[in-house]
Amino acid sequence: MNRFVYSKATSPRDAVRSHGKSTKAKYLAGGQTLLPAIKQLLDAPERLIDLSGAGLEGIDVGRKTITIGAMTRHADVAASEQVREAIPGLADLAAQIGDAQVRNRGTIGGSVANSDPAADYPAALLALSAIVHTNARKILAERFFLGLFKNALKSGELITKIEFQIPTTSAYEKFPNPASRYAIVGVFAANFDQSTRIGVTGAAHSAFRWMEAEDHGRGIKNLSNVGLDQSTFNNDIYASATYRAHLLRVLTLRALGRL
Amino acid sequence: MATEEHTGIGASVLRKEDRRFITGVGRYTDDIQISGQTYAAFARSLWARARIEKLDTQAAAAMPGVIGVLTGTDMAADGLGGLPCGWLVKSKDGSDMQQPEHPPLAHAQLNFVGDAFAIVIADTEKQAQNAARALEQSIEVTELTPIVSLEGAADSAPIHEALSSNVCYDWEIGDKAATQAGFAIADHVIEVELSNNRLIPNAMEPRAAIAEYSTGTDDITIYTTSQNPHLVRLILAAFVQLAPEHKLRVIAPDVGGGFGSKIFVYSEEVSVAWAAKKLRRPVRWTATRSEAFLTDAHGRDHLTKARLALDSKGKFLAMHVATKANLGAYLSTFASSVPTYLYGTLMAGQYATPAIYVEVQGIFTNTCPVDAYRGAGRPEATFVVERLVEVAAHQLRADPAELRRLNFIKPEQFPYETPVALVYDTGNYEASLGKALRHADYEGFKVRKEEAAHRGKLRGIGFSCYIEACGLAPSQLAMNLGAGVGLWESAEIRVNPTGSVAVFTGSHSHGQGHETTFAQVVSNTLGVPFDQVEVVHGDTGRLDFGLGTYGSRSIAVGGSALIRASEKIIAKGKRIAAHLLNASVDEIDFSDGVFSVQASNQSATFAEVAFAAYIPNNVPTDEVEPGLAEKAFYDPENFTYPAGTHICEVEVDPETGKIDIVQFIAVDDFGEVINPMIVEGQVHGGLTQGIGQALFEHGVYDESGQLVTGSYMDYCMPRADDLPSYVVDTTVTPCTHNPLGVKGCGEAGAIGAPAAVVNAVTHATGTKDISMPLHSEKVWRSLQRKRRAA
Amino acid sequence: MQIQLTVNNTVHRLDVPDSALLVEVLRGQLGLTGTHIGCDTSQCGACVVHVDGRSVKSCTMLAAQADGQEVITIEGLAAGEALHPMQDAFRNCHGLQCGFCTPGMIMSAVELVQRSPGLTEAEVRKGLEGNICRCTGYQNIVKAVLEGASGMNAPAAS
Repeated sequence: MNRFVYSKATSPRDAVRSHGKSTKAKYLAGGQTLLPAIKQLLDAPERLIDLSGAGLEGIDVGRKTITIGAMTRHADVAASEQVREAIPGLADLAAQIGDAQVRNRGTIGGSVANSDPAADYPAALLALSAIVHTNARKILAERFFLGLFKNALKSGELITKIEFQIPTTSAYEKFPNPASRYAIVGVFAANFDQSTRIGVTGAAHSAFRWMEAEDHGRGIKNLSNVGLDQSTFNNDIYASATYRAHLLRVLTLRALGRL
Repeated sequence: MATEEHTGIGASVLRKEDRRFITGVGRYTDDIQISGQTYAAFARSLWARARIEKLDTQAAAAMPGVIGVLTGTDMAADGLGGLPCGWLVKSKDGSDMQQPEHPPLAHAQLNFVGDAFAIVIADTEKQAQNAARALEQSIEVTELTPIVSLEGAADSAPIHEALSSNVCYDWEIGDKAATQAGFAIADHVIEVELSNNRLIPNAMEPRAAIAEYSTGTDDITIYTTSQNPHLVRLILAAFVQLAPEHKLRVIAPDVGGGFGSKIFVYSEEVSVAWAAKKLRRPVRWTATRSEAFLTDAHGRDHLTKARLALDSKGKFLAMHVATKANLGAYLSTFASSVPTYLYGTLMAGQYATPAIYVEVQGIFTNTCPVDAYRGAGRPEATFVVERLVEVAAHQLRADPAELRRLNFIKPEQFPYETPVALVYDTGNYEASLGKALRHADYEGFKVRKEEAAHRGKLRGIGFSCYIEACGLAPSQLAMNLGAGVGLWESAEIRVNPTGSVAVFTGSHSHGQGHETTFAQVVSNTLGVPFDQVEVVHGDTGRLDFGLGTYGSRSIAVGGSALIRASEKIIAKGKRIAAHLLNASVDEIDFSDGVFSVQASNQSATFAEVAFAAYIPNNVPTDEVEPGLAEKAFYDPENFTYPAGTHICEVEVDPETGKIDIVQFIAVDDFGEVINPMIVEGQVHGGLTQGIGQALFEHGVYDESGQLVTGSYMDYCMPRADDLPSYVVDTTVTPCTHNPLGVKGCGEAGAIGAPAAVVNAVTHATGTKDISMPLHSEKVWRSLQRKRRAA
Repeated sequence: MQIQLTVNNTVHRLDVPDSALLVEVLRGQLGLTGTHIGCDTSQCGACVVHVDGRSVKSCTMLAAQADGQEVITIEGLAAGEALHPMQDAFRNCHGLQCGFCTPGMIMSAVELVQRSPGLTEAEVRKGLEGNICRCTGYQNIVKAVLEGASGMNAPAAS
């Protein structure tokens, strides 16, 4: 583990100023991915800016949206009666991230900013037409996730909160990697008045919406002939791209069946 | 029911050792702090196979905090010897196995990813690690083509240039001609091709070592995570020649699990001890989990073709097994014996197969060395036998339980000499099968299968009737077969003047609970209260030479030594009591801690006799030496043969291939049981490792020899929510040749479980083209192939 | 940097490197070696402690992040000589063998029960996802957590 300088921001503005768009600085949210990466020398920032004092926690339920502060821990989303009432699939998803200790530390903002292709939250962001609020702007989820660990954030840009549209119904289906417990495939399905949306994580280099399947909506019983671009599907010792594609169809049907 | 009242043999006494562990005051190697200590880190090969061209240590030596950088070349210059393999196996043609040089630090060639070539000593752990990483980046090497895959390795160019090939040995056991004759008259021949997946042991405490050199006395003290500290001392003295044996003290304090991986002597403890002496500073090292994955000796890794010949009624006629066993890049301490004498000899299983022939090639590859891991050879053998039997039952449309029953060695056939060199002393295989079938409600399986089908699940039931050989023995025979160490165990009982007892055992506990069970044995034998018996283990400075813990030997061999020492204590106690009670020795009876004379109705307690032994007022010391302490070295006359039946029931989701174990029954015959609570715990743990092998765990290298499964992100450890609650029960046929009638229980779970799980899954899916670990994709693909074929 | 940690009800003012992990400070500077390190990917759970009442992996938290907070380790769980009901339950149920994973396992179990008092066996198994044990096969750990939960929920224990 390389040495770094730690500081604790007192507000979002303080955090952004401390960061100063430096390539050597990183925000520290829950640290559940960043700290292991630093320990294993996969990352070597020179400065860490702790966001835990920046006032970014909290869950705010509106009439049409739920807004979750970037530093809200997974455990708090999972345990929130308000979230469970409004978007049960989202509470379920949060309860399936990592393990109890990871959920006690890990945050929604950290997870979204990291954009791990197998993280759970991105599936929900895509299915729930979420808006990623940063210190500078609002970014639609569909324009946020851009590829393998790639997203629309600019250097020093700070996620402050995530705003989810409240669907009529929602469900999350996850097939975890037995070792890491990340999603081999995770499917978040949500019904809105006029549409069904399906967000997918784990399967490919980046989370994506499976729009071809969305078009068929709830009643569909067989997805084998529905178009699916597998060109960036992941392949590892637990699941080939072919198997992931198969799981995606199975889990999508299961998620749709629960709507 | 666990108890604190009844403490004798057969009682589930709560463990003495637990209080320190549940309050966080256990003392593991890494917890020990020594004044003036320094930290070591190892520079390791990033390549599977490479020749060292140049290693310049100056830059690393100048890094912050670095005290010393010592390389394999320095070690060779100091004249240190290599790490030996303790069992010389001979090939079919009588030639000795090929043994590559195994310097603790490589100086010429790097042979697997993680092979250490230098040790860095620094003021802090991070400084040492940084300098070690710098050496890894700066070493100049010529990369050589690695041999990674076991398939084809035998015919590839040798990875060690000094050897003629990658075949360490080409070994055989059994009667080839008789086996061929069996196949010639067979009505059915069953063939299977099996792989036994490479496992990575993963004791939760990573390996660690701390060495301290005393300039004044020229002594070296080593704290290390060992299952057998005397073996470490012996190898450091006799083979590595670091220091004479009497100048070395090896202490294995609390050790956090071993499962075989901490039997062996590794590069690191040797290097740490050498560096401490050279730099005259205490040196400490603790493996990271990543280092543990790369360098703890791995387990299993076989490819096998096996055939079983049966007559028209389903009676086994002959078995032929041909195995390629991966030994990794070097021969680890007992590597050669595992796929041979601990594997081929077990191929009779529980069956009266008249002819068996086993051939094993031990093969070198550019991977981490492979050695004993929980079960060591016996899980691999059981997997071969029980898969063959299962496939036979399927192809002959026989009930798998009935086919097994038909071929069992019957109770009246014991002692039974197998065609593969063992003599089973006792057993009753029908009894454990019957009990397991009742627990499993075998009759009700059909209904359960139908019910599962309604839920869209495929349900299957699988059997494994395993046998194992524990308490490797006797020394003379094993040494005739190539063993380099004896197989006895030592015990010493020191009775204190107040009557409390210190028990010293050469066996070692790293989770097995010796401090409790051994105290139960001695308490029971000497009639001393349980809480007055203290068990001491794991320190060469306090104990007689001992051989440690492996192969489920502790109670069968170490426990027997306790009995022998206790008998000597009682014999001497009688001589003392005779003086105290004015009787002849022959008149003294001893039971429940009291020496008594029936004729005069007089008696003396054990404590009174102990007191008299040290304060010999009424005992003439010219007739009876003062003191009350005795030693025993017990050499068993045979192995013990635990056996049992495991029954696994699974449900498979045909859509995803995911497997759920819905029921697991284990009925084991361990002979007499000292502490049922501890025995059950051992079974639970063993089963979990066996289920882990069947469903989850796999050490995978890529083509270039990089370990793909080098962390818990990729190597799947079984977790609580992966498993059911097991049903565990026992049957008892006491061992006939040791004083406690015990057999050993540490490995049975890991031996029996894999075949039971795989047999259940193949029963559910109706396919057999699937290899461990049964990851969901493999199961799904197997079902797809079946569907296409139909 | 200077931090203040309340560890097992004792306040410590400590000078720690910015990059020091909480577990390193507990084991190294404070000599609380009951908290163990079993992996480097935040998965084994041997290092679990409570920070402000929540179970965390102390190998995946900087000491600096715990500044001003209250840490309970396995050494601070018992009230004097009287063991915590969960500690008692682990011993009574033979929920440990080598003992290495035990401190983290107990700390996780205590928070699990605090969070959801009426646990089923399946919930206990799920709740221990972040703790790996290689010895016990978990069966007796699960039994211990259920027994410990009864003890913790009994009026006398609260």
